[in-house]
Amino acid sequence: MIGEGKRTGAEVIWEALGRVGVDVVFGYPGGAIMPAYDAMLKYSIRHVLVRHEQGAAHMADGYARASGRVGVAIATSGPGATNLVTGIATAMLDSIPIVCVTGQVASRYIGSDAFQETDITGVTLPITKHNYLVTRAEDIAPTMRQAFYVARSGRPGPVLVDITKDAQQASTEFVWDEGPVRMPGYRPEHRVVPDDVKRAADLIDHAERPIIFCGHGIIAASSSELLLQFVEKTGIPVASTLLGLGGFPATHPLCLGMMGMHGEAWVNKAIQEADLILALGMRFDDRVTGKLETYAQRAKKIHCELDPAEINKNVRVDVPLVGDVGETLRALLPAVSHRDRRDWVARIRELKGDSAVRDIQTMPPMGRLFAAHVMHDLWRITEGKALVVTDVGQHQMWEAQYYKHDFPRKLITSGGLGTMGFALPAAIGAKFARPEEEVWVVVGDGGFQMTAAELSTCAQEGIKLNVAVINNGYLGMVRQWQQFFYGGRYAATPLKGPDFVKLAEAHGLLGLRVTAREQTEEVVARARAANETAVIDFRVEQEDSVYPMVPAGADLHDMIRRPSPIVETASDD
Amino acid sequence: MSNATLRTFIAYVEDLPGVLNRVTSLFRRRNYNIVSLTVGRTERPGVSRMTVVIEADDDAARRIEANLYKLVNVLFVEDTSHAATMLRELALVKVKADSAARGEVMRLCDVFRARVVDIGPEALVAEITGTEDKIDGLVDVLRPFGIVELVRTGVLAMVRSAEADDADRIPLNSSPPPPPSPSSPPPSPRDVKAA
Repeated sequence: MIGEGKRTGAEVIWEALGRVGVDVVFGYPGGAIMPAYDAMLKYSIRHVLVRHEQGAAHMADGYARASGRVGVAIATSGPGATNLVTGIATAMLDSIPIVCVTGQVASRYIGSDAFQETDITGVTLPITKHNYLVTRAEDIAPTMRQAFYVARSGRPGPVLVDITKDAQQASTEFVWDEGPVRMPGYRPEHRVVPDDVKRAADLIDHAERPIIFCGHGIIAASSSELLLQFVEKTGIPVASTLLGLGGFPATHPLCLGMMGMHGEAWVNKAIQEADLILALGMRFDDRVTGKLETYAQRAKKIHCELDPAEINKNVRVDVPLVGDVGETLRALLPAVSHRDRRDWVARIRELKGDSAVRDIQTMPPMGRLFAAHVMHDLWRITEGKALVVTDVGQHQMWEAQYYKHDFPRKLITSGGLGTMGFALPAAIGAKFARPEEEVWVVVGDGGFQMTAAELSTCAQEGIKLNVAVINNGYLGMVRQWQQFFYGGRYAATPLKGPDFVKLAEAHGLLGLRVTAREQTEEVVARARAANETAVIDFRVEQEDSVYPMVPAGADLHDMIRRPSPIVETASDD
Repeated sequence: MSNATLRTFIAYVEDLPGVLNRVTSLFRRRNYNIVSLTVGRTERPGVSRMTVVIEADDDAARRIEANLYKLVNVLFVEDTSHAATMLRELALVKVKADSAARGEVMRLCDVFRARVVDIGPEALVAEITGTEDKIDGLVDVLRPFGIVELVRTGVLAMVRSAEADDADRIPLNSSPPPPPSPSSPPPSPRDVKAA
């Protein structure tokens, strides 16, 4: 390898980011990262100034989820680095490839409790896929190369690179190796065993009541098309995890929608009746399974998963297929038979029972604004084509239930960690990744207030988002649990927010309000037509709950259902 | 946890700062309790070897192995439950032994093939190498005399009768070994501990 001339370590950071194809980074300057920021001015990579480093990590995350590429966040040492932590943990739990570059105090001060010194590699050790402390300028280029490789390969995840100030300031010969990354202990690839594929195909062919689970892995491996082919051939219905929504078209006749804690009751019942589960790129999270002892007892289980450590972690499986889910589907597709499973699909339809009359969509107008109506209307108005970024809580579940996603990478949400405050910054990142998309932020009044400062970032960067604040004056999901499980004692859940219209206006953005369903269409049209980011304050029903619901740790089929004015609640089963 | 037993893992890791921390952090995070852990250099420069004893059932053992492989600095993992393995521990025992008791203490040490490495007027120090059970045995018989101080290294493990090509199984720059296959047949009952 031939050197390309002398550079400072700080310059090497930007050279490296350019070489791996980074076009935008999200960050916040500070003392220990100042050499890197000074060098930035010589390079053409766009820098987005955030208002809090948590926002930088979420933006990198949103960028990665929307694009499939690695997102980048930059922060200084100490508080800058620790502010990234929530965003890193969010990316870790959802297997999102991001690289965080942090400044560190000069190497001679490490361990001395110097000003703004934090052992950030120690702090982030359990919430990164891997991390590095770099103390020499010549190590920066190879470390950055490794960091991006580790972040995106295998089961993706966050990687943190902590670079001391003296390493940024020192001069070194810049050497960039274009060859394959050599890491003797890192084996991201796994190949499915052909015999296991045969066993799986045999189980699939002989199953009478099979269900496919579409997980996040389908989207991460860009395998939606293959899944569609597989479903058309086998006639097997598809239930989805929260993060798998959009991996299979929601309007497809064999799509069952979301399963688990807030999945449709009949979908969960179908899972309990199934004789085969084909799980694709998912990990049997407790929100999906409910009580493990009674979960899908009649079903054989085939688990297609890239990470061998997930096999038999929560649910015992009969055939594990460890490998890229796309390659697994490619291997399975010719091995399975063409089948019609009309009877099973009819049985599932039967399980729907009175679901339709309990659905809030079909309830007679009560002159009130329900969040579910807002979701349904947004889906209708945007023709199901918007890229929606949701926060965490009731609105997140309503969105998952009522905004039908037909395309992958069109729903971005914090699933595993459940991070409130995620939506607005993640949407900013997503918009940078896909500027041509109409991006909607769906966020509760609680979560919005956690990171609303990033409205300034929208204004400064001149980007166009549409923000739907589902404002019920409560920390709604916790309030719902208090109502169901804590005797209706609303401890610390009533929430007074600011005037969100004025808040938007204070940022030079468009602020709008909806208080009745009939206003939705017109107000949404005004928001979409505006050039700047628009915030709509939806004043929704205050004490509505997300139905149906499997209480935490309960049997999957044991659901709390929406009380219906037509159906007796007592007939719940 | 069904059929949970003590299992001994050997892990070859890159000899870099913080790697021990990554391994122990993994066990802590996944809620596996380390019974014993030893670390030392190997015949290869830049490669350290860890012997970790953990209580785990078959499923947990497989996941421990898979999780260890997820650590970027871990080169090779061996769950010795599948192989005939020599397990050794070293202990130093300082035991009260005045002139009246000394003869009896030394005779007991002799039975356990422990070496007396230091003698003072009131106490002596015995050094013993062997399996955990053997060391426990010596400690038990010496306890009535009064144990002043005890230090144990934790278990070291080595699989018996190394094949000639075993030396190549640790990937350094060559192609990595096949990853642990979760569909591999269930492990045979643990081989006897070496005497």
